[in-house]
Amino acid sequence: MSVGIEVRNLRVVYDGFVAVDDTSFHVAPGESFGLVGESGSGKSTILRAICGLAPVTAGEIALVGRGDRPKPGSRGFRRLVQMVFQDPYGSLHPRQTVDRILAEPLAIHRMDDAERRIEQALDEVGLGTGFRFRYPHQLSGGQRQRIAIARALILEPQVLLLDEPTSALDASVQAEVLNLLDELRRRRGLTFLMVSHDLAVVTHLCERLLVMAGGRTVETLSSEDLAARRVESPYTRTLMEASTGFRRA
Amino acid sequence: MSPLLVVDDLRVAFPNREGALVEAVRGVSFELGRERLGVVGESGSGKSQTGRAILGLTPPQGRVTAKRLAFDGIDLLTCPPRVRRDLRGGRIGMVLQDPKYSLNPVMTIGAQIVETLHAHERVSRREARERALAMLAAVQIDRPERVYGLYPHEVSGGMGQRAMIAMMLVADPDLLIADEPTSALDVTVQLEVLRILDRLVADRGMGLIFISHDLRLVSSFCDRVLVMYAGRVVEEIAAGELSRAQHPYTQGLLSCLPRLGESRHPLPVLQRDPAWAL
Ligand SMILES: Nc1ncnc2c1ncn2[C@@H]1O[C@H](COP(=O)(O)OP(=O)(O)OP(=O)(O)O)[C@@H](O)[C@H]1O
Ligand SMILES: Nc1ncnc2c1ncn2[C@@H]1O[C@H](COP(=O)(O)OP(=O)(O)OP(=O)(O)O)[C@@H](O)[C@H]1O
Ligand SMILES: [Mg+2]
Ligand SMILES: [Mg+2]
Repeated sequence: MSVGIEVRNLRVVYDGFVAVDDTSFHVAPGESFGLVGESGSGKSTILRAICGLAPVTAGEIALVGRGDRPKPGSRGFRRLVQMVFQDPYGSLHPRQTVDRILAEPLAIHRMDDAERRIEQALDEVGLGTGFRFRYPHQLSGGQRQRIAIARALILEPQVLLLDEPTSALDASVQAEVLNLLDELRRRRGLTFLMVSHDLAVVTHLCERLLVMAGGRTVETLSSEDLAARRVESPYTRTLMEASTGFRRA
Repeated sequence: MSPLLVVDDLRVAFPNREGALVEAVRGVSFELGRERLGVVGESGSGKSQTGRAILGLTPPQGRVTAKRLAFDGIDLLTCPPRVRRDLRGGRIGMVLQDPKYSLNPVMTIGAQIVETLHAHERVSRREARERALAMLAAVQIDRPERVYGLYPHEVSGGMGQRAMIAMMLVADPDLLIADEPTSALDVTVQLEVLRILDRLVADRGMGLIFISHDLRLVSSFCDRVLVMYAGRVVEEIAAGELSRAQHPYTQGLLSCLPRLGESRHPLPVLQRDPAWAL
């Protein structure tokens, strides 16, 4: 019943600046797919374009699979495809309680049974109802990221777009969030499209990944290939070398 | 030679809802020379509050005490506020966590760097612009002229972080406190930025406090590492020896990192021992 996502020849232009050009990939239903690459290469822009938050000038975005497949931009699409943003400090409204943050999408999509859904969403991300009436500044970075994930999950989406979901988190909280995402995917048959600059994190969570530079695709490969260093482009190799740490010349 | 920075028994406390003071930093002590000191530890362990107290940027409700807090012989707790303000952003540079908050949303990136430069040096408008562009290029920003004119919401996460670093670099500090300065950067750019910081330490003798949750990066980049837990330093270790850490908390942090080519589902998570917080 789950759906995946297909992006074909996507192009995004901001005031004459080409942020994403001729990018295509296919994420099968239930698959987890990673986007890695240079800072400014257009990774977040691709996720934003899928949600209708970036100016798509060419190309197609569509849901694939056997379930319900509403068109991009429609209310149904906005419910089935949810995004968790890059910055856990900026993405939650500072003057709203957790309760309001979670109630708002339910009201927008006219979903009933808000009480039960809010409790369930908090439970699912491992936060008790004790967190329900706190404000974002009363939460640690990891707890905020869990709230952002709960807000995405509360609409019962099929596809989660995850923009650097753990880059602001310390190692122990990162492990907790990664385990949570893993488990949610298994339990709910979710499809993930995830951006991360940490190759170990991407290969941990994703089966395949696309490497980007300057708005374009460098290569698409499987996590196994990456782990075994079977890569084709010099840029991917540079990324791989760099991820082993700093080396003093 | 006396150390650049002396921190002795630093404590930072905040009032809780009942008005009682709760310590977020509980007696941190260290000395810093012309070196790279890493500070690691979990979220909420007091890393940022330690850095902020040194800078004099503790939130107003917070109370800072120490047996001694001194920069280059200047007693930071008793010196006039004006001296402290002049040090900040001048001889003591800082890169704060969450760049989106630290950048002014209604000013272009270029204008902000130029403003910082003007605050520290007398330079012509034209020279200021050139230096700002050169700094953006130095932190590996592609097409600096374009980024110069963009507002913070128009740049990617990693570009905002590098704009912050460029702003700090134009002031040419003696001590730099960098709080998660590279967490939004892809690994290759991250290394470029570290190389810049490394050169400042090696060539100019800058002291660096590098706050990060990235253990791999810290162990490969820094000279020495303080591991914080619940407001205290629980372990101090030479960076290269991090993989042989003694404290179970440090060992736990290392083991929950995913590693390339290794499949562990679920990842181990920390089993916290209440005794660590004593
Ligand atoms: N609103 C905007 N106006 C103008 N340019 C923009 C806007 N949003 C993004 N861009 C540009 O698009 C490019 C891609 O940005 P994007 O945020 O997708 O990068 P990214 O790959 O996610 O990088 P990072 O890893 O640093 O987050 C950047 O050069 C950025 O300046
Ligand atoms: N304004 C404040 N009022 C009350 N408590 C605060 C305030 N600011 C910070 N704290 C508390 O101080 C403690 C230490 O926070 P700090 O920001 O130093 O953590 P950190 O180690 O930098 O964590 P992270 O890795 O998440 O950035 C936390 O428990 C936090 O809740
Ligand atoms: Mg991004
Ligand atoms: Mg911090």
